Amino acid sequence: MQREFVKAPFKSGVLKWIDDRLPVLSWAYNELVIYPAPRNLNYWWNLGSLAGFMLVVQIVTGVVLAMHYTPNAEMAFDSVERIMRDVNWGWLLRYLHANGASMFFFAVYIHMFRGLYYGSYKAPRELLWMIGVVILLLMMATAFMGYVLPWGQMSYWAAQVITNLFSAIPLVGDTIVTWLWGGFVVGNPTLQRFYALHYLLPFIIFAFVFLHILALHQTGSNNPLGIDLTAKDKIPFHPYYTVKDVFGLCLFLLLYGALVFYAPDALVVPINYEPANPLQTPLHIVPEWYFLPFYAMLRAINFDILWIIPAKLGGVLVMFSSILVLFFLPWLDTSKVRSATFRPLYKWFFWLFVANALMLGYLGAQPPEGWYLTLSQLGTAYYFLFFLVIMPVLGKIERPRPLPESLSEPVLGAAQPQPAK
Amino acid sequence: MRRAVVLVVLMAFVWAVQGEAAEVTEPVEREWPQEGVFGTYDRAALQRGFLVFKEVCAVCHAVKYLRFRDLAGIGFPDEEIKALARQYTVTDCCDDAGEPFERPAIPADPFPKPFPNEQAARAANNGALPTDLSLIVKSREGHENYVYSILTGYLDPPAGEEGPEGAYYNPYFPGHWIAMPPPLSEGIVEYPDGTPATVEQMASDVTQFLAWLAEPTMEERKRLGLRFFLFMLVVTGIFYAYKRRIWSRLR
Ligand code: HEC
Ligand code: HEM
Repeated sequence: MQREFVKAPFKSGVLKWIDDRLPVLSWAYNELVIYPAPRNLNYWWNLGSLAGFMLVVQIVTGVVLAMHYTPNAEMAFDSVERIMRDVNWGWLLRYLHANGASMFFFAVYIHMFRGLYYGSYKAPRELLWMIGVVILLLMMATAFMGYVLPWGQMSYWAAQVITNLFSAIPLVGDTIVTWLWGGFVVGNPTLQRFYALHYLLPFIIFAFVFLHILALHQTGSNNPLGIDLTAKDKIPFHPYYTVKDVFGLCLFLLLYGALVFYAPDALVVPINYEPANPLQTPLHIVPEWYFLPFYAMLRAINFDILWIIPAKLGGVLVMFSSILVLFFLPWLDTSKVRSATFRPLYKWFFWLFVANALMLGYLGAQPPEGWYLTLSQLGTAYYFLFFLVIMPVLGKIERPRPLPESLSEPVLGAAQPQPAK
Repeated sequence: MRRAVVLVVLMAFVWAVQGEAAEVTEPVEREWPQEGVFGTYDRAALQRGFLVFKEVCAVCHAVKYLRFRDLAGIGFPDEEIKALARQYTVTDCCDDAGEPFERPAIPADPFPKPFPNEQAARAANNGALPTDLSLIVKSREGHENYVYSILTGYLDPPAGEEGPEGAYYNPYFPGHWIAMPPPLSEGIVEYPDGTPATVEQMASDVTQFLAWLAEPTMEERKRLGLRFFLFMLVVTGIFYAYKRRIWSRLR
């Protein structure tokens, strides 16, 4: 599947001179202009470039915010308010960055559900998928530490609760927590190291996105039919997908703008506008919406597992496993068919998985008691059943619908894929 | 279709179990001029609200993010702001001998705090700390409605309920007993514009002032938002047409 490296055609002698010595322009030409993309990609394929756009937005707004922010427990909250009030366009920068994190997760979650539906994680795209999971983990760490920086009540208490999870690790837990905190409480040293890491990690994400795209362009994009396509079913990335991505970006910006300009605080809890107070625990400690499903799974484990794993450790293990299991997905799914379009049973389990994830998100914001707790436990069970039981078994027992031979049938002919003759 | 049915059933289920919420008194719902896509602050209300704040609330509550000069944002002319600042005395550091000295405030000074430190504030308020009000509208569930409800929500305690010493019954405050004595009473301030100073009127005005103080850039935000949307709608339309044209080559 290796494509030939094509030298970019230049009108300008200067550009050619540079490119002969440093072929970055030709590289961009190969990957962004003539890259052969399937002609049948639908709009779910826009989310990858949107995630990339958000990464750039976060880095740009973040660097400018950093010029005005003070990473000190005494001054952090005030410095953020100064950005909101006194820095030119400071309110815009901050709202863009805070809501940008939400838009980033929004894009990446849909991007991943897309992969899950169309089987984009299957051979030969296993590493591409796994790099994606690494990106997700890095994003989570970055977002968590970023949320701590304004040093409001929820910043402080979220840092407290999440870092405390590590104390569940047997023997070394408490030592690890002290090491994370840089002391015996969440305090100034914690804030300062979180700031340093929050600045660093996005650049590491950037490097992984680079690898992600390298891997993508090695194997070529998957497509809604999930079949391998021949050259005649592909079209050059530019202008077809550049213009489609820009149009998608416009729609995405409308949503982002609605948040930033008309509901900038809709996704944060009000109490984070109160400065951190170590002596006063908020009534409910809730993380940002994009962590809620995982938080629900963490709290669902309120019982000791097999008598030997205490509930707290169990919850932590379950929460981390819920992401680690994604690394094994390419091998857990035993079906040879990629796209759910041709998998009559999988489709059902997939949509149930989506609904379950939304339900867990809702439950993560509720107190873990009564019905909420029971539902969280059921939701957690389905989450793992989906990956560990349904995926392996379904591939063996499901009878997929016949796959089309090529694109010409379903796309240029009838609207629906026809059963093979 | 079947997917939709499954989703609806699931959501109905979640809805059904949602019943058991904790016991909180929801604040009264009011309409505020600053709400909504086109909402702006009502300058006259803000100025009246500042008067209430200055004469009543400032006796106990600090507002650390307010400087005198910020009042230009609610429509006070520079001269009035200078004159207002001059009425306050601040301690500056230091004169030529290295001693702190007192001088009249200038517009760049922060609005003076009522108490020098937390201990002094608590000592004067039955052990309770009057919250800094700069961000109160943003930092509480219910926002404007919460502040308004607190100010107008004092009631006689239900029979048999006994609060802590020196606390007042107010169902909108978490725990229902608040250490703040009812701050507003009819006619406690006199409005220069002749508006009758009822408790509801003053509560509404001071709440609007505090909303402005929590986000003085709100109007700028909405104005820019409007321009952004007008621009983006055109750009989106153009790219939609352009996309269709380019893709039509494929057929
Ligand atoms: C006599 C001093 C005093 C005055 C005057 C006063 N307050 Fe208070 N206020 C307090 C104290 C003390 C508390 C803390 C109550 C508690 O913790 O029980 C408080 C609490 C509040 C709260 C609730 C804060 C929270 O944390 O949710 C609001 C809102 C409030 N005051 C607004 C006002 C406004 C507006 C005014 C002017 C109209 C005002 N107060 C005047 C002393 C005062
Ligand atoms: C910083 C976050 C991310 C960025 C910027 C990003 C970017 C991209 C881009 C630009 C593409 C090509 C366009 C597309 O197919 O949508 C892509 C493809 C892909 N991404 Fe991501 N991605 C991110 C995170 C993730 C994550 C978290 C996963 C999953 C764990 C993932 C899995 C995939 C897969 C499987 C493909 C190939 C899709 C296909 O061809 O079917 N990505 N990514």
